[in-house]
Amino acid sequence: MAARSVKNLATGPRYFQDALDQMDDIGVGSLPIVLISGFFIGAVMVLQTGSQFTRFGQAALTGDIVAIALVRELGPTLTGILVAGRCSSGIASELGSMLVTEQVDAMRAMGTDPSRKLITPRVLATVLMLPLLTALNDFVGLLGGCVASVFSLRLGAVEFWTRAIKALDFADLMQGFTKPMVYGFILATVGCYKGLNVRGGTQGVGRATTQAVVLASVLIIAADLFLTKLALYLGDKLF
Amino acid sequence: MTPAAATATTNSGPAVAFDNVYLGFDEGDILRGVSFSVPARETLVLLGETGSGKTLTLKLAAGLLKPTRGNVSVLGHQVSSMSEKELLSLRERIGFVFQEGALFDSMTVGENVAYRLREEHVKETEIEPRVQEALQFVELEHTADQLPSELSGGMRRRVSIARALINRPDIVLYDSPTAGLDPITSQTIISLIMRLRDVYGVTALLATQRLQDGFALANFCFDKEAKHVVRVSPNRRPKDGQTADATRFMVYKDGRIYFEGDPQELSSTKDPYLRRFLV
Ligand SMILES: Nc1ncnc2c1ncn2[C@@H]1O[C@H](COP(=O)(O)OP(=O)(O)OP(=O)(O)O)[C@@H](O)[C@H]1O
Ligand SMILES: [Mg+2]
Repeated sequence: MAARSVKNLATGPRYFQDALDQMDDIGVGSLPIVLISGFFIGAVMVLQTGSQFTRFGQAALTGDIVAIALVRELGPTLTGILVAGRCSSGIASELGSMLVTEQVDAMRAMGTDPSRKLITPRVLATVLMLPLLTALNDFVGLLGGCVASVFSLRLGAVEFWTRAIKALDFADLMQGFTKPMVYGFILATVGCYKGLNVRGGTQGVGRATTQAVVLASVLIIAADLFLTKLALYLGDKLF
Repeated sequence: MTPAAATATTNSGPAVAFDNVYLGFDEGDILRGVSFSVPARETLVLLGETGSGKTLTLKLAAGLLKPTRGNVSVLGHQVSSMSEKELLSLRERIGFVFQEGALFDSMTVGENVAYRLREEHVKETEIEPRVQEALQFVELEHTADQLPSELSGGMRRRVSIARALINRPDIVLYDSPTAGLDPITSQTIISLIMRLRDVYGVTALLATQRLQDGFALANFCFDKEAKHVVRVSPNRRPKDGQTADATRFMVYKDGRIYFEGDPQELSSTKDPYLRRFLV
């Protein structure tokens, strides 16, 4: 199914309007939760690491560490899991309901390929939107961290920002943006798969929805390990 | 649709033919060796108790399901061995009215009806009047901007019919179009089906639990000049141009065809199982 959604991109007919609608729903719709959580995670990170560094008199290092942790790890993974909670479930329940009310059959009966009309736009939209959401999440996270460091570590805001930005190199950004693309692919395909394989009516839709979130979250965390390993390896080789 | 495929179907073979079709799920076979054919412009009324496989038969005919054994051919194409991609274009010539309507619930009535035309990239200026015409046909032109959830069950069924007929299909598959409706609404639906048959000359496969539906189709026809439904006298076929041709009946029992014949045979039957449908 995943392969089919990619293959559909190369051949017509394509459903651009559907993809745009999905981008709006997935991207803009997820903005609030992503921004709010991002802010607090950034702040918490600063408090936790800051309190450790202060013990060694190195409070200034907080910016470096928090920036790297956010961009490489927490930003993508947290965004992935948040969006999985919101969109894998949404996709699974929407497609599941369409399946049990025969709307998917109706689509096929009218000459539409459901994998083109339903799967591809969702996968495409998520793969494109998740890196953007992650970037915003990272930014707001640093903002939250900055606020926290000013108020509790008595670190200057300018110092925090310069250190944070200096700490990041190209490899970090690469890692920070490849991950969400993979996560987006995972969470959308899992949602579609669970939705289009519903068994047993309305109850089945509920079950598929839960399963989609759980499976997508676990897969994202598991993928994180492999992607991190790969990124570190490539980072050593290339940069 | 490729030109070759289109010409291959202008021959006068049956519109739909089942040849020794078996279909089963984990629980066992539901259809066990079903063979029948529907010539062009004929209406085949498929009767059977609930769970006898009527819906499955229609889905087989539309290629939405594949038989476990046997052959299904539609308009001269072997549906059972076609790929999904080939099927998608063949289905442009088939209309399907689903048992529960299966309208897209996030689209308005108008968008539902227009769906097929948009899929076929018909020009927007052309879509509007055709949607109006189809909705007028089912007398629901005022509902174009409503959502399906705002309509009654009978109205939804009519929208579903409008959606199926929008691109003038050669074959229409009706799945229990009157199930769960009151007698008056059922009659409205049946006279719509009759009009489709007599105005556009579609071939129909109609699954139902109600024998009255079948008899109504057999005994009445839509008079184009008078614009209303008239009775067909038993010994006089409708005059030229009118196509209230044959209506035949088929009854399923235990996954097999238990009875096949014309309305007279069915109404004069002594068979106790069939008589249960007659009451
Ligand atoms: N996807 C499926 N998986 C397993 N069994 C199925 C499936 N679809 C249908 N069946 C079984 O096939 C049988 C026939 O179903 P079908 O929907 O064709 O009945 P029907 O004649 O249309 O009944 P009704 O008049 O109630 O609509 C039923 O017993 C049903 O349980
Ligand atoms: Mg049925």
